[in-house]
Amino acid sequence: MLVQGIIFSNLHDKNISELTRRRTMASVPYACRYRLIDFALSNMVNSGITAINVITHYNYQSLLGHIGSGKDWDLARRSGGIKILSPYMTAFSNDHNQLYNTRLEALKSVNYSLSRFTGDYVVLSDCDVICNIDLNDMISDHIESGADITLAVKRVLLTREVSARSVIIDSDDTGRITDVNAYPTNVTGYRDIDLNILVVGREYLQSVVLDAIAHGYTSFSRDILARGAARRRYRIYRYDGYFATIGSLADYYYHSMELLSSGENRDKLFGIRNRPIYTKVQNSVPAKYSDTARVSNSLVADGCVIEGTVENSILFRGVKVGKGTTVKNSILFQGTFTGENVFLNCVISDKNAIIRDGRTLSGHESLPFFIEKGRMV
Amino acid sequence: MHNKKECVAMLLAGGQGSRLYTLTEKTAKPAVAFGGKYRIIDFTLSNCVNSGIDTVGVLTQYQPLVLNEYIGNGQPWDLDRLTGGVMVLPPYQGKTSADWYRGTANAIYQNLNFIDRYDPDYVLVLSGDHIYKMDYSKMLDFHKKMNAGATIAVIDVPIEEASRFGIMNTDESGRILEFEEKPANPKSTKASMGIYIFDRRLLREYLIADEKNPESSKDFGKNIIPAMLSGGEAMYAYSFDGYWKDVGTVESLWEANMDLLGDSPVFDLFDTEHRIYSRNLARAPHYIGSGARVTNSIITEGCEVYGTVENSILFSGVTVERGAHICGSIIMNDTQVKEGAIVRYSIIDGKTVIGERATVGEDRGSGRGITLVGGGLVIGGGTVIPAGAMVNDSYVKEHIKA
Repeated sequence: MLVQGIIFSNLHDKNISELTRRRTMASVPYACRYRLIDFALSNMVNSGITAINVITHYNYQSLLGHIGSGKDWDLARRSGGIKILSPYMTAFSNDHNQLYNTRLEALKSVNYSLSRFTGDYVVLSDCDVICNIDLNDMISDHIESGADITLAVKRVLLTREVSARSVIIDSDDTGRITDVNAYPTNVTGYRDIDLNILVVGREYLQSVVLDAIAHGYTSFSRDILARGAARRRYRIYRYDGYFATIGSLADYYYHSMELLSSGENRDKLFGIRNRPIYTKVQNSVPAKYSDTARVSNSLVADGCVIEGTVENSILFRGVKVGKGTTVKNSILFQGTFTGENVFLNCVISDKNAIIRDGRTLSGHESLPFFIEKGRMV
Repeated sequence: MHNKKECVAMLLAGGQGSRLYTLTEKTAKPAVAFGGKYRIIDFTLSNCVNSGIDTVGVLTQYQPLVLNEYIGNGQPWDLDRLTGGVMVLPPYQGKTSADWYRGTANAIYQNLNFIDRYDPDYVLVLSGDHIYKMDYSKMLDFHKKMNAGATIAVIDVPIEEASRFGIMNTDESGRILEFEEKPANPKSTKASMGIYIFDRRLLREYLIADEKNPESSKDFGKNIIPAMLSGGEAMYAYSFDGYWKDVGTVESLWEANMDLLGDSPVFDLFDTEHRIYSRNLARAPHYIGSGARVTNSIITEGCEVYGTVENSILFSGVTVERGAHICGSIIMNDTQVKEGAIVRYSIIDGKTVIGERATVGEDRGSGRGITLVGGGLVIGGGTVIPAGAMVNDSYVKEHIKA
């Protein structure tokens, strides 16, 4: 049985425009050393899916730099491996060139590549699915139940705020999907939300995409799932591990901090036996703590030099925390440099930001203070 | 010729390193872990790459499995090349003879065919058991300038220690007049670092001649160098003045690790001019818990620290539980130090469990020596391991009740 993977790298870029101004959602840095796409890639690789297509849109240089040959995920293969399906402009088409906006349009745009797929099943995943899911179990479930499409869902306690950025899936007792509600603003209570990971038969997927092209459909949840729910066997697969997706910068901050507040979250994401999360490995030195270092409840990547105080924070590779400096409740991306006697609270600094001696910066949990890439404060 | 290389490095990595006791029970010495995420051989390999040498033969013999796996295709050092790169060279069976490597010179002799493939002008002979940063290309420039047949890198050692080394007596130009292996009354302080550059044809000639001599112990220091000297070859000493440490004993291995610590360390891993490459893992970032206290230490990926760590080095995946105290120690990969355990002035090899409230070693000041605990052991709760103990399987069976 051959299973192929498709990952959408850009769909939710608008959610955190601060972090995606110069990169794709897929290459947003996360948890000290990862990029968001590492979770989707690792989930696939750990489930034996080694032919993976990444559909890109714009701003994807950082993603190409991260993925490279795919070697770090064991995806530099003679057969299969990782393939980037980049957007392209066709010649002589005048003003008809348009890039996709939705998942379904993205699939339509790679229809040719899709028509060359030869596997039995296809797993489609968004890039901002922070979870460690056993896709093999999901695929088995899909095969046993004879479903046309199996959708991963998680039962969560919805607030109006969360529901407004979730796709809510209703199903009957047998797990068959009965209704799909995209982004309702009035739903609360325990409901199943769409994790944007799905399994589908290869031939069925091909026919769905051709049908969508013929009918001018644009939305997967509305035009395929909701429209077909009564006629087709669309089913849910309930996942109950750790799951986070990023809806805003505050969301990004919240879910990052969630890794500090509970060891259980870290274990469910990074500690599952034989299912490690892979990422691009770089040659970095270990982290170094000086005599004056005071660190508590923090995640620290290699290459950091810590001479000050760090509390409830996440330090990416090569961050320097100077003498007399305090970093609290903050997320500092790779290469952030803080001088001496700096005070940071609820700050997210993008790569290579420099905070000079004596500066004090503070945001709030609901509105973290953001310092853009390479900016000097 | 497409395969032509100016200089090929031959890295002697077959040594057992028996003075490292249990650390080298199942691993060749160059594969012993160092500095949080390195192995000893990383330093020599990185030196080669940083000196522009892209063809390295690694001669293995003793317990090669870990070393072979670690080197792999050489990708972490950029040594996966279309021609050249790194190649592991174990002893092999020939048509008429098969033999282990009998001495350093014999090991190179058996691999003359490897050297010949690249038709090099020079051969750099290295050993894989020192911690140092060196630009071999400068030594090669010196070798060429002096029109030497052989150049030997030397380092100044204190006169009282000189009798532990091979000592070069030279004239003012650096030409070697005399070589004495571990002299009782040293005449100079120029100690051989075990780094040689040879004119390839000359090396070939002397290795073949030495192989025919049944009396020879087939060693560079004992046989080849003296033979070249008495043959009147132009041999020069190349002075190196940087950090260089032989990590052949548990004590010196500990010292070299400690040299990485401090605000301006004796040996700086953070030096971006001369980076040290290693095979990196993809483990989760390390986590420092709320009650933890970490000072003057090096910690790497996958660690979880809830206790106190001072003046120490933690390798990947080490767990230090609440109330545990680690001081002046080196804890290798995936070892667990349980609640309330105390580890002082010790080296703990990988995948060992130090049980609750166990005590390992004493502070260096006690003068009772360093403590070594082997890999994969379980030291039960409350056990006291006295300072200076070398703990392996049989020690656990004899001294520690389950």
